[in-house]
Amino acid sequence: MNQMSSLCRLQAAMAAALLALFSFGVLEATAETVPTRIVSVGGSVTEIVYALGQEHRLVARDTTSNYPVEARSLPDVGYVRRLSPEGLLSVAPDMILAEEGAGPPETFEVLANSGLPIVTVPMGYDLPAVQSKIRAVSEALGVADAGEELALQVTADVEEAIRAAGLRDQSVLFVLSMQGGRIMAAGGDTAAQGVLELAGAKNAISGFDGYKLVSDEAVLTAAPDVILMMQSHRRGAVSPGDVLAHPAIAATPAGRNQAVLQMDGMLLLGFSVRTGQAVSELAAGLAAADS
Amino acid sequence: MAATATDVMRRQVGDRTLKARRVTVVLLTLLLLVSVAGLAVGAAETSLWSSLVAWAQGEDLSLRDQIVLLHIRLPRLLTGLLAGAALATSGALLQGLFRNPLADPEIIGVSAGASFGAVCAIVLGAALPFAGKLGAAFLPVLAFAGAWGATLLLYRIATRHGRTSVATMLLAGIALSALTMALTGVLIYIADDAQMRDITFWNMGSLSGANWNKLVIAAPVIFVSLVAAQALGAGLNAMALGEAAARHMGVSVQVVKRLTIVCVAAATGVSVAISGGIGFVGIVVPHVLRLISGPDHKHLLVNSALLGACVLVSADIDARVIIAPAELPIGIITAILGGPFFLWILLRQRGVLDL
Repeated sequence: MNQMSSLCRLQAAMAAALLALFSFGVLEATAETVPTRIVSVGGSVTEIVYALGQEHRLVARDTTSNYPVEARSLPDVGYVRRLSPEGLLSVAPDMILAEEGAGPPETFEVLANSGLPIVTVPMGYDLPAVQSKIRAVSEALGVADAGEELALQVTADVEEAIRAAGLRDQSVLFVLSMQGGRIMAAGGDTAAQGVLELAGAKNAISGFDGYKLVSDEAVLTAAPDVILMMQSHRRGAVSPGDVLAHPAIAATPAGRNQAVLQMDGMLLLGFSVRTGQAVSELAAGLAAADS
Repeated sequence: MAATATDVMRRQVGDRTLKARRVTVVLLTLLLLVSVAGLAVGAAETSLWSSLVAWAQGEDLSLRDQIVLLHIRLPRLLTGLLAGAALATSGALLQGLFRNPLADPEIIGVSAGASFGAVCAIVLGAALPFAGKLGAAFLPVLAFAGAWGATLLLYRIATRHGRTSVATMLLAGIALSALTMALTGVLIYIADDAQMRDITFWNMGSLSGANWNKLVIAAPVIFVSLVAAQALGAGLNAMALGEAAARHMGVSVQVVKRLTIVCVAAATGVSVAISGGIGFVGIVVPHVLRLISGPDHKHLLVNSALLGACVLVSADIDARVIIAPAELPIGIITAILGGPFFLWILLRQRGVLDL
């Protein structure tokens, strides 16, 4: 709880500092020229740029930006929290559009000194967060009207999906990974819990924030009805079979009913323009597991 | 008096002074080349030559070129030079002090301590006092405090009645490292996904965060430690014959020990604080030099500093261009390039390895 809130505070402070540092540059840039060489940092940010039809203005992306598939052909400037200043400058950008938490701060400090506008997009795991992400991106791109339209459409999608999903009496265990038989599960304040709540289900695990290793006994006590995990195309990745074979999971209602759902990670946890689709698919999967 | 020890050593293993001096000259040349490359090579298209020509003709550089050359590549180069020299010299010092070919800063708790400090900063972050005031300097400061704290504690444990037992230090170092790593483990356990990533990347090291703010603090500390280290050559040569022998030769063994440990803790502590965990340089560089030009510390310490600087700057150049515009952690490069090279040298010269 503590370290999570402190992290949030740190991020908030960082974002505030960045905003204070760069707001001048941003204003200047939007007033004079429209940025046409943008680096998009963060998978959900990139998705929004594509949804706004502004992808022709992108010159690079980070490692986490892998949807839509076309984004993968852009040069990759590295992992979102480990960006290198020279790497970013080498693609000659005129704006950096970065999700909150991108860094390290040293890199952004150098870039700010070069006069490069850096726009920080707020993160969050609910519908208002999706809306503010879309607004932040569209304003930075100078297409606020299109952004408003997209935000309305996404809101309608998500609300429709929530309505269709209704409230389900299912508890779901989100398994992020299973290394050496140890289960890394989603606690509170995670994208996984956020999307589960939108789909009307509840997170089987409570008592901690973030993703953590949980003991077998905690899994048994949580007694999830469904196991949710991300799809992975890597060879040797954990399969639903592996998860069901786990002794603690096998003894839960989910294990007895073989109820494992797999979804694309970026779709499920991105909290971006496809969240409505994510909620519908998740709800449909949960309904199928229920019957 | 200490020169006697050096004479004994030279008699035993042959006088390779001339060879060592030649190595120094070669390394200085190499250092110059590598430094120029460090300024000239990078992901950005900024050209060192055209910028220099423009500057010589009194033209103004573009803001972007200025940033790339003066605020990205130059501080990175200097950080690489200093950190490389510090790590390699620390390795040479400790291998001499412990008379153990496997000694490196890890053995006196520097690495585990620095890692603990860094992980504290990453995981507990803003919850700790001073975090807000220090801002981006928070992690380096905590890493240095961890390194320094662990070493001081170890020194206190191993020192009784004004005498430091090297054997106690070695063993207590293992125990202390285990303890520190367990504490780090507790923090890793409560860390979230993003923090875990930060920790992993920190442990692999990077010079990408180098800037003038860090250099202003780090450079004087490393520089003074490196200069002080050069004075330890004669003492360490005497210690190579055994502590008792060194004492009989009139070497103040305790002073040598204390100064060695202070130099290593300061130089490595600061290097690790600003560049993360970069392994391997401290072990490999001194050994390569011993194989080439013998174990005489008078030359070994200078040459280690030079070769260490060359190696780390070269590794950093690789780190920034191999997958540009993204960047590899430098620890990966030092291990991937250094490991096989070191094995090759060992296989070629089996039996020659001495201290």
